[in-house]
Amino acid sequence: MKQQWLILRPPGLPMSFHLDHRVPGIVVGLVIATFVAMVVSVGQGEYYVPPVAVIRTVLGLETDNPDYAFIVMTLRLPRTLVAWGVGMGLAIAGTITQGITRNPLASPDIVGVSDGASLAAVTLIVLFPGFPTALIPLAAFGGALTVAVLVYLLAWQGGSSSVRLILVGVGFSLIAGSLTNLMVTFGNIYNVSQALVWLAGSVYGRSWEQLNVFIPWLLGFGCLSLVMSRDLNVLQLGDQVARSLGSPLELKRGLLLLSGAALAGSAVATAGNIRFVGLMAPHLGRQMVGPSHEGLLPVAALTGGFVVVVADLLGRLLFAPIELPCGLITAIVGAPYFLYVLIRDRNS
Amino acid sequence: MITETSTYALTTRKLTLAYEGKVVIESLDLAIPTGKITILVGPNGCGKSTLLKGLGRLLKPIQGVVYLGSESIAKLSTKVIAQRLGLLPQGPTAPEGLTVKDLVSQGRYPHQGWLQQWSKEDEKQVNWALSITQMQEFAHLALDNLSGGQRQRAWIAMTLAQDTEILLLDEPTTYLDLAHQMEILDLLYDLNQQQQRTIVMVLHDLNQACRYGDHLVAVKAGTIYDQGHPTQVMTAKMVQEVFDLESRIVSDPVAGTPLCIPIGRKGGMTSVVSCLNV
Repeated sequence: MKQQWLILRPPGLPMSFHLDHRVPGIVVGLVIATFVAMVVSVGQGEYYVPPVAVIRTVLGLETDNPDYAFIVMTLRLPRTLVAWGVGMGLAIAGTITQGITRNPLASPDIVGVSDGASLAAVTLIVLFPGFPTALIPLAAFGGALTVAVLVYLLAWQGGSSSVRLILVGVGFSLIAGSLTNLMVTFGNIYNVSQALVWLAGSVYGRSWEQLNVFIPWLLGFGCLSLVMSRDLNVLQLGDQVARSLGSPLELKRGLLLLSGAALAGSAVATAGNIRFVGLMAPHLGRQMVGPSHEGLLPVAALTGGFVVVVADLLGRLLFAPIELPCGLITAIVGAPYFLYVLIRDRNS
Repeated sequence: MITETSTYALTTRKLTLAYEGKVVIESLDLAIPTGKITILVGPNGCGKSTLLKGLGRLLKPIQGVVYLGSESIAKLSTKVIAQRLGLLPQGPTAPEGLTVKDLVSQGRYPHQGWLQQWSKEDEKQVNWALSITQMQEFAHLALDNLSGGQRQRAWIAMTLAQDTEILLLDEPTTYLDLAHQMEILDLLYDLNQQQQRTIVMVLHDLNQACRYGDHLVAVKAGTIYDQGHPTQVMTAKMVQEVFDLESRIVSDPVAGTPLCIPIGRKGGMTSVVSCLNV
């Protein structure tokens, strides 16, 4: 029999794990690819920094140009790291959403959760200027969770059809989008311009401050999701089977929903609505390592991070010196992908 | 692994169950004998699947109690129940690309924890479940690529990997051809004979129910019409009153168990007798 699993059983310790045998190789590959993309990305711009100088600067080593430190460490590195982190957060949120809804078309941006987050964050920016930045993720999380719970109550009770979930979600997207426009239209011009930069789904001008606000959310809820991968595996088999296997279904699903909303909300609060990453990353991940979440969650996360880093790089390269927001690049690639999945699943 | 603690593996006391707001089972007393194969039969919509879900705590009773052994099921944690009772619902579905081994290993969920996710015991039970259902050669194939019979065997293997003394199965033979139906029933029979597992299942085929069941429960409109050994329960009167079907009960020429021959419009008394040569 072919050995398809890697089994970890440290002798003498009461622990044991198994993983798809493809996971470690793919994780290493994605980390290397992301690293290369980041080095290139940090080097690119009005002021070119060669790759070796990028790495030396980040490691704190001497370079031949004293300006590199400012360009790399202050201007470009936080931006790329934000792109990476936001991509990971969106991908994990997407994987969770697809897992608990058992719907390959679901992701926070498609079922309106991201738009709920945008609405809450814009409301905060427009109506209450001068709040601390650290509060934006909290507001966005609130907005995301509100939409997630509403969609849950209206659409996916009793295992309703996947199309219904998408339609209700799209409805909420539109409502939240219209309310966001309303805020933008009637808000104070200075506050609105601040909100607009951020709404486009861009990592432009992101600083260490924003990264530091986002990191606890990503780490906390990312780890919570990873710990719950066994529960996600069981939930995928349907409510009745999950219950028969002894899963406290409501509790687990509630925690996962919370975790997904927190990751989507904080990602949106940090970089606006970067669409389709949450949809695509889990699909690509499943193609690489299969549907078991112990391996799928980290692989999807790294895929999402890589996609946003590359999208940000492309956005700056394609029409330089004009800069396209990375959310636009992901939408150009993601929208056709969404249609492809829609058509493929209709035929199956 | 089985300790015979009580004559009845599952008992219900005045059990009332509702499905989508409608009362389906009302004030039902039922006892499932330990170590036997109990088969629930009845027409569509009589509540036999609902009853099975109630026994397996998938449906919360409106009133009444289900006892697992001597303990009320409502007072046990769902994980503890899952270590003692496995339930396979009708027509389960798995995500795309899931392999047979992935699926079967999910049966170990109630025995695992955050740190203990794949113990030697887990591996042993999964390999045993794969081998007894003859699914080893398909272990690394995706479920989508299997035939209906193989897929059903994989789901049964998952339920077996759960290693429970009680197995509840809702129509385990639906959508299978006759040969595969017999294969599944023989497998369950062997498990019952060799390991004294208590099996409760819903079956549509009355003749298979008589052949494989030790205890037959005829359910009519949410109540028990009759229960007992198939030879006592399977009568023309029962089939008439429960299924609203005229029939003749003869002796199964292979197993000697009751065999129900429906009469219908085309059948006549003489043709039934002559063709069976009894």
